[in-house]
Amino acid sequence: MNDNPLIALFGYFALLSLFAVGGANAAIPEMHRIAVEVMHWMNDRQFADSFAIAQLSPGPNVIIVTLIGYHVAGLAGAAVATVAMCGPTCLLSFFAARTWDRFKDAPWRIAIQAGLVPVSLGLIAASAFVLARAADKNIYAGVVTAVTVAVASFTRVNPLWLFAAGGMLGLSGWL
Amino acid sequence: MPEPTISPPGAPGMPALSELFISFIIVSVSGFGGALPWARRMIVEQKRWMTTEEFNEAFALAQFLPGPNVVNFSVVFGSRFGGAAGAAVALAGLMGPPLVIVTVLAVLYAQFGELEILGRILSGITAAAAGLLIAVVGKMALPLFTRRWNWAPAIAILAFAGVAIMRWPLPWVFAVLAPVAVAIAWLKPAAATARQ
Repeated sequence: MNDNPLIALFGYFALLSLFAVGGANAAIPEMHRIAVEVMHWMNDRQFADSFAIAQLSPGPNVIIVTLIGYHVAGLAGAAVATVAMCGPTCLLSFFAARTWDRFKDAPWRIAIQAGLVPVSLGLIAASAFVLARAADKNIYAGVVTAVTVAVASFTRVNPLWLFAAGGMLGLSGWL
Repeated sequence: MPEPTISPPGAPGMPALSELFISFIIVSVSGFGGALPWARRMIVEQKRWMTTEEFNEAFALAQFLPGPNVVNFSVVFGSRFGGAAGAAVALAGLMGPPLVIVTVLAVLYAQFGELEILGRILSGITAAAAGLLIAVVGKMALPLFTRRWNWAPAIAILAFAGVAIMRWPLPWVFAVLAPVAVAIAWLKPAAATARQ
């Protein structure tokens, strides 16, 4: 038993963030395991709802930890969970970026960078594929996706217009 | 030790801290279904703070580090252009608005229990967001594929197939492919150089 939920929130999310290679979406199953199965902070339904609300909000998907923290301990919980999930990795990123820049011309640094870029690109392509497969439940949604690919690739139109059009179609029940 | 690559905030060609902050706010509030396309649009296409290659390299570093990718990227980008203050400002711009919005949504949800209308709107936005991400992948891939053929596209395709088609866990795909790719880059530095 943890006497203070804030300490448990901090400990779990700080630890999770340091092992979350591949970003927030890759860490969702582990978050579910901790929040629902290990700590019993929330039930399955509440976790699924938190995930849906995090998706509804613009910005990084990692924002789901804010909702879990809020559920456990109100605004203090929200703040603690967010800081725990982002703080350690942000510090790591900061020092890694400085080291990276300092060794700009070192052969090992150039090799690591050259190796990571294509891996990174392949993983982003995979998440685009997964997102499209989840979103394109029917032909109209597929058309929205395809039109967005074309417009975003070959024009300078602000994609927010495409989001607005997609949102309207969704609201009208076509998608 | 000298740090020639870290420029003071406000140096010529560098965004001011306020501009950095506002830019990341715009990225975060636009970023339904992922903030990456909006970060790239802002940094590469609109402000021209980075070239396509530089963006790819910075994002690959952010993705290699544990934790949320776009959050890491805001720190990597911010620190390059404004040191610790730049990193803090970019991070605050990226995280601030979503924190407020998600809290409001959580309160609305607690009041009404159903967000069905928002969910329907979101399903349409997500279909567009998927298309936007696909377009960004195409743009990011251009420097890799237009150069004389080398090993890099093969690595990218393997990473894609491992996660998207085979459905292997992402950390495992990463743990296997990254060392292989770095080793090839080390052995064949000429073909691997990201910038000619």
